[in-house]
Amino acid sequence: MSAPAWETPLPAVPRARGWRALSDRQRGWALAAILLLALAAVALLLPWLAPYDPAAIKLSARLRPPAWEERGTLANLLGTDNLGRDVLSRVLHGARLSILIGAAVVAISASFGVLVGLVSGFAGGRVDTVLMRWVDIHVAFPGLLLSLVILVILGPGPGTVVLALALNGWMVYARQMRSVVLSVRQLPYIESAEMAGARPARILLRHVLPNLAAPLITLMVLEFARVVLAEAALSFLGVGVQPPGVSWGLDVANGRNYLTSAWWLATFPGLSIALTVLGVNLAASRLRLALDPREREKDFARRLLARGRR
Amino acid sequence: MSPTDRAARGLPRFLMARVLQDLLVVVGVTTIVFIVTRLVGDPVQAMLPVDASAQDRAVLAQALGMDGPIWLQYLHYLRDIALFDFGNSIWQARPAMDIVLERLPGTLTLCAGALGLAVLVGVPLGIVAALRPGQWADRISVVLSLSGLSLPQFWLGLLLILLFAVTLNWLPSSGADAPGSAVLPILTLALPALGRIAMMLRSALIDELNSLYVRTARAKGLRSSRIVLVHALRNAAVPTVALLGWEFAAMLAGHTVVVETVFAWPGLGQTAVQAIERQDLVLLQAVVFFIAFLIVILNFCLDIVYRLLDRRIAV
Repeated sequence: MSAPAWETPLPAVPRARGWRALSDRQRGWALAAILLLALAAVALLLPWLAPYDPAAIKLSARLRPPAWEERGTLANLLGTDNLGRDVLSRVLHGARLSILIGAAVVAISASFGVLVGLVSGFAGGRVDTVLMRWVDIHVAFPGLLLSLVILVILGPGPGTVVLALALNGWMVYARQMRSVVLSVRQLPYIESAEMAGARPARILLRHVLPNLAAPLITLMVLEFARVVLAEAALSFLGVGVQPPGVSWGLDVANGRNYLTSAWWLATFPGLSIALTVLGVNLAASRLRLALDPREREKDFARRLLARGRR
Repeated sequence: MSPTDRAARGLPRFLMARVLQDLLVVVGVTTIVFIVTRLVGDPVQAMLPVDASAQDRAVLAQALGMDGPIWLQYLHYLRDIALFDFGNSIWQARPAMDIVLERLPGTLTLCAGALGLAVLVGVPLGIVAALRPGQWADRISVVLSLSGLSLPQFWLGLLLILLFAVTLNWLPSSGADAPGSAVLPILTLALPALGRIAMMLRSALIDELNSLYVRTARAKGLRSSRIVLVHALRNAAVPTVALLGWEFAAMLAGHTVVVETVFAWPGLGQTAVQAIERQDLVLLQAVVFFIAFLIVILNFCLDIVYRLLDRRIAV
């Protein structure tokens, strides 16, 4: 007689390893960590890779075109600017300030916005009304113009740029965190915790806060991209980072004066902004797919639909 | 009673509430600006050269109404704003409001052109993208919206100048005098908006096409074009109209500043930057307030349109 069914060994299932063994959620977090490391590495390493001092003026080598152009030399791969400074070195150094300012603004505005959103969503009632009305007022104001006024009054520079941008950036966090808190509050396990006599602070920190992590990280990545663009625009307009400092926006503004004679001056710093922001935006959409189950379902349905129609 | 009637009947009360809220917004905004400019910073110092004497400062402070106790300054400030009296521009020595009104048409021309272009191209693109997901129109709208999200607008403008004005020599690179000089600034303003509108319409339309009423219409044997263009599109249009309003506000609030600077286009945004270069805070404040005021009015109108369009929002 053969052995009963429950005694036959199960067929060996090949264990998934590495990336494939991770759940979508874990992949999302891995992706976020990789992005963060990559940005930190770019900010730290790129300036170190620069062949020259970005501020070294060499008038004998003014306006040299990139290496592949006719008069270009290998010594200056992306050419030199109107003062003979190496464009490649300036582009590499510009990365640091853009990323640092972006990170600082996101950190400040996210902390403040999350605080407002948590309090507003959790306290409810009159506190909620007042805080959200404040957010409404702030959102209605033209952001870039307010930044311009602040920067003119306080004087330009990296610190004031961070302040001006953070002042305009916190509202979106407050709104989103509030809505997440409101929806989480309805869940049975929060009620159980309340029933069990947990203090509000404990409920907020232990049970509500972890739910905010996934939407928050996606929003922060998206905002980072927006802030990098905003900083570049402010520096381009001449109220952001000032000349001894190296900023992509500033270099594009400088290159604008040589548009007809030296196209490379405005092109390469601008391209660096575009590629940085594009990369961060793509990462944000991948992150949303990985971390938000609803988005994942939508994506799945979309692909089914696309396959069916074809 | 049709839903539209009900919406119209509830409108007066809604309008009252909105006007009150908007007044609050205006007062709030002016207060924020007052705090930032008068308490945190020193406008007199920002407007004078570093080596100005104490007497110069006193004269300017008096001229700007920035002497005396702070609460009195605040009241005067609120009164001036209520009367739309921002004082004389220091740079041009005439009322700042006159300059603002002079430059306003330039900015509105750009916005209108860009919004028109974005709708004319973005809406058909969004419809085709929704009907054929994954095909060329879908790909184009994805690429456009991603580049709109990622390309710095000032750089996009410079690239367009490089291509159309410097290399091809088809269009003027800057100013507003030569014919066709509005084309490049409008294109620069429109491109990001265009991608966003196409994407928004696409996703809204896909949601509508998967809904029950569309299935019913199909079951009844309605023609596909009628289902899409009449039934689904009408509902999908609601968020798209909201986005259009948002785009308009975003253009006023910042995009035109950058684009007008790149193309030396005589509008409000360029005026703001010129005012900064000449340290003319009076003019800068006038521009900022006027634009903030326009945006509040714009949001107000949009809310009404939105309510009339979307019958699901009960007033």
